[in-house]
Amino acid sequence: MGVLAQAFALVFDPYVLWVILASAAFGLFVGAVPGLTATMATALLVPVTFFMPPVPAIASIVTATAMAIFAGDIPSCLLRMPGTPASAAYTDEAYALTKKGQGELALGAGLVFSVIGGLFGTAVLIAAAPALAEVALKFSSFEYFWLVVLGLFSAVFLAHANPLKGIVSLLFGLLVSAIGLDNPAGFPRFTFGNAELAGGFTLIPIMIGMFAVSEIIRNIGSIDEPWEMAQTKIGNVFRGMWTLTKRYPVQTLRGSVLGTAIGALPGAGADIAAWMSYAMSKRFSKEPEKFGTGHIEGIIEAGASNNSALAGAWIPALVFGIPGDSITAIVIGVLYIKGLNPGPTIFMNNAPQIYAIFLVFILANLLMLPLGVAAIKGAKQMLRAPREVLMPVILLFCVVGSFAINNSIFGVVLMLAFGLVAYVMEENGFPVAPAILGMVLGAMLEENFISSMIKADGRIFAFFERPIAGSLGILTLTVASVPLLRRLYRAAR
Amino acid sequence: MPGQKFGPAWFPGLIAIGLAICGALLVRAGLREHAPLFAMPQWMQRQRPRRAVATVLAGLVAYILLADALGFHITGVLILAVWMRALGASWRLTVAVSILSTLVIHLAFYKVLRVPLPWGVLERWAF
Repeated sequence: MGVLAQAFALVFDPYVLWVILASAAFGLFVGAVPGLTATMATALLVPVTFFMPPVPAIASIVTATAMAIFAGDIPSCLLRMPGTPASAAYTDEAYALTKKGQGELALGAGLVFSVIGGLFGTAVLIAAAPALAEVALKFSSFEYFWLVVLGLFSAVFLAHANPLKGIVSLLFGLLVSAIGLDNPAGFPRFTFGNAELAGGFTLIPIMIGMFAVSEIIRNIGSIDEPWEMAQTKIGNVFRGMWTLTKRYPVQTLRGSVLGTAIGALPGAGADIAAWMSYAMSKRFSKEPEKFGTGHIEGIIEAGASNNSALAGAWIPALVFGIPGDSITAIVIGVLYIKGLNPGPTIFMNNAPQIYAIFLVFILANLLMLPLGVAAIKGAKQMLRAPREVLMPVILLFCVVGSFAINNSIFGVVLMLAFGLVAYVMEENGFPVAPAILGMVLGAMLEENFISSMIKADGRIFAFFERPIAGSLGILTLTVASVPLLRRLYRAAR
Repeated sequence: MPGQKFGPAWFPGLIAIGLAICGALLVRAGLREHAPLFAMPQWMQRQRPRRAVATVLAGLVAYILLADALGFHITGVLILAVWMRALGASWRLTVAVSILSTLVIHLAFYKVLRVPLPWGVLERWAF
């Protein structure tokens, strides 16, 4: 039986299809409720997927996140609040459209161009990942070292306004990853003789803390601010979509391309993709003065962008084990648990599973059309879900989920501690994504650094002697100098 | 580690140096802007959110301390009820939701996923 036939058999199984449908509903709900994010959906799904076979486990995350990123547009139109940070770039624009009586158009465009962007990103993922893996097979510890550093640096220097705070966040993540016995020397570090610490920190409770608990604390801090829903009639959301597609093909394509690229860049995901695409749309628009007054153009470009970023993030995650965004940072852990170890050989050792995941990407984006319409129709009911019930129930779910990973109360302690840390960090302008990236990549960074140093006997120049390693090294140093160049450029003007 | 040039202290050492440099730079930037040493978030000035956040954190600590002794089921129902009341849910809703959600989590995690949630004092009546 061919690989593709095996992949089809893996996906079109009643159990898997049921999981996809349930995760779709979950993703739409989480995306539509402000304060619950796509990353949080992933973190909450992990304890449940823990007990599933590989394909449905991954399928549930792929489906839920795709749905959540689209559904984030719904409260933008109705409440002037982004459902997920990925919609924040065009929330005001979408709400302005609703105020002008064009809420239907804004919601429809959010849906249709999310699907187009998602399918575009998926196509790039399917084409690029196996090709990249061919090249990556020849990589040694030098290339991997530079790749990891490049990933960490682009998270810090390209994605955030204040690189200094980004570096602190990154170093904190690396420090957490250094705890325990799991290092090249097998030497206990920062363990204080404690058995839980010697095993190192399990990342999943930490992620539940940093992505879910911190978000819940923030949400509860605004519990006394009521949500006000805009009154709007929603009929056929597909009306006028064909005209828009014909009118803005360049914007759609540009958004999808930029989104996929930003997604594939480690550390930056759907939210940054949407901001950059919205800015780009305004810059190249023929009518930039209309932006901000309820103009659909930017919504189309940024809406395609954030969904394409989701698939783009899987490219480095699958090929190198380097997450492209915070969702895939969680996914990489799941892949290891399921025996689908990321790396270039995954396309040989686990080909049917990988192609099954690709199929799920396509299926999820197509399913988004009918389910998205249902979500838009049911939006008012979903947004009426009382927060005073929702938040406690989700929190108890987080507690049980953190416990379930190792069946240990230490998981709950980690969840609470890192939830508080993440909350304080974000309140003070320290981005959380670099810390997560540091925790996920710390071991890989150290391992490749130490073995390269031993191979080269301490000669730093050995890191630049192989052609690909050298190029990656120079690229990395260029990325690191971006803030400096920016400052020089500003001073020169 | 003897005989090994690049031992286990290398990596944390580099992190420490980096943190020290960044810390110094941040302090300098803060002093330049005359930033306050400590600033409270806005919600802390309002009573309802302040009480709600405090209750949520206290509930989590209580769960960590009590779950093994009291068992998941009692602790779960109790902290859910406390949280929902603190956030302003009605008594009827609180009782119904806290019992129902604990039951659903029991079915999903204990029965289907076989997570050994502690029974605590209810050990004898475990089902």
